[in-house]
Amino acid sequence: MNRKLLPALLPALLPVLLPALLLPLGALAQSADPNVGRMIASNCANCHGTNGVSVGGMPALAGRPRADLLQMMREFRDGKRPATIMHQLAKGYNEAQLEAVSAYLSTQKPN
Amino acid sequence: MTSRRRFLQAGGAAVIGGATASLAGCASGPEPRKSLGRVMIIGAGYGGLTAAKYLRMWSGGNIEVMLVDREPTFISCPMSNLVIGGSRTLAEITRSRNKLRDYGVQLLTDEVTAVDHAKKIVKFKARYADMGYDRLIVSPGIDFMYETLPGMKGAEAQSQVLHAWKAGEQTVALRKQLESMPANGVYVLSIPLAPYRCPPGPYERVCQVAHYLKQAKPKARIIVLDANENITSKGPLFRAAWEQLYKGMIEYRPNSEVKDVDVRGKTLKTDFDSIKGDVLNVLPPMRAGDIARSAGLINANNRWCGVDWLSTESTAVPGVHVLGDATLSAPAMPKSGHMANQHGKLAAAAIVEIMNGRQPSQTPVIANTCYSFVSDKEVIHVASVHQYDPKQKTLVTVPGSGGVSASRSAIEGVYGWAWAQNIWGDMLG
Repeated sequence: MNRKLLPALLPALLPVLLPALLLPLGALAQSADPNVGRMIASNCANCHGTNGVSVGGMPALAGRPRADLLQMMREFRDGKRPATIMHQLAKGYNEAQLEAVSAYLSTQKPN
Repeated sequence: MTSRRRFLQAGGAAVIGGATASLAGCASGPEPRKSLGRVMIIGAGYGGLTAAKYLRMWSGGNIEVMLVDREPTFISCPMSNLVIGGSRTLAEITRSRNKLRDYGVQLLTDEVTAVDHAKKIVKFKARYADMGYDRLIVSPGIDFMYETLPGMKGAEAQSQVLHAWKAGEQTVALRKQLESMPANGVYVLSIPLAPYRCPPGPYERVCQVAHYLKQAKPKARIIVLDANENITSKGPLFRAAWEQLYKGMIEYRPNSEVKDVDVRGKTLKTDFDSIKGDVLNVLPPMRAGDIARSAGLINANNRWCGVDWLSTESTAVPGVHVLGDATLSAPAMPKSGHMANQHGKLAAAAIVEIMNGRQPSQTPVIANTCYSFVSDKEVIHVASVHQYDPKQKTLVTVPGSGGVSASRSAIEGVYGWAWAQNIWGDMLG
């Protein structure tokens, strides 16, 4: 972009750019993909059942309170909750992704 | 649900013919919906089954899905080593795919013999007339490079020296060979150079064979000829299990690539050695399944199918997606059933967006979990999370995430079997 043009355009662009700049990086990714919660829940599905509806042997996640799910995932991630495998998996997701998947699973109908 | 079923019946009536004919069928249904087109899926394993169900779910029934496989039922490769070890039966790892009809998936049993990319038509071996599609998913699994083992070229040799690396007939046949083996006999397993289907699978098989022999033939021995320089997955955990559960039974030889097989003489040949056994179990080098080759999708080392990991779209043929073991894996991505399931979801999400005229997610993330049974009850796992990196343009593991079990345990044995029930439910409805 032309160097002289940028300062001239900045005031006009600020209202557009500013909200984006204020968002954490993870949230940007989230806003770019409206289905991020659904996508990550589909990762959980391999062990916890489609949309968190377990067929048995693993805890069901569907319809559990959003705050509980989020807290659990944060504790797994931070090593504060005993686990065989979830502490390793939870570390693979950023905060915005954990928020999105918790929100999505909390709205799913339990079996 | 009722209206969806009716809609499906209308679509089903037009199975033979192109996508256009079927669209007309949909429009004449009692509750017309706007169909976005037809996706044809070749291969009903972990990848294809998952893609089929999730395409129907995530498109709200607006994408017509045809799923074809030469086998009418699903037999799982994961858990099939337990059938060889004797703690599970083939029936326990076999599942019907009929429930997918409730999701509106149209199930075909036939072999696809050819794909015409220009006309967007697939050709079948036996039951169906040529069929059109709008987008194609190929999830063909692997086939074996028998040409690398001169003694294994004939069908007779292949029926005697088994791989049992596709679950089904050979799984049961290998179990029978072990049952017929002399009490002081030798079982020899040969492992090809990575990449191959299921990195920990051969070492789990060693455990399962040892588990059986320890009970039935404690004087029998196991020789493992590994073309790799070391155990390719969960090495320390497998070694601990071998040492502590099956002491003195297993001889592991790294850097031992089998170059030929003397079927009649029951001997495997490396560059330096000839190893005789009573039961030979040879995993030949592998490549993407035959249909991937004839459809021109193999473009990496004459073995694997390159894909764009944002969508699983082939880098060889636009509009075609490839899933599972057949793909050229992203860095540190295993060829596993769990991963193929995840590929199926990545593809379904991307295809729904593409067929709606939108861009697929630019931030896909998938995960892998693999449980290996080191006995009938105790299990070890490996897990990883793979996020898309726009700079490297591929899926990469997240630093600090993933890992293996602290040690083998019975609780993970329970989780391992529960994993199977849940992932089969996730794929099959």
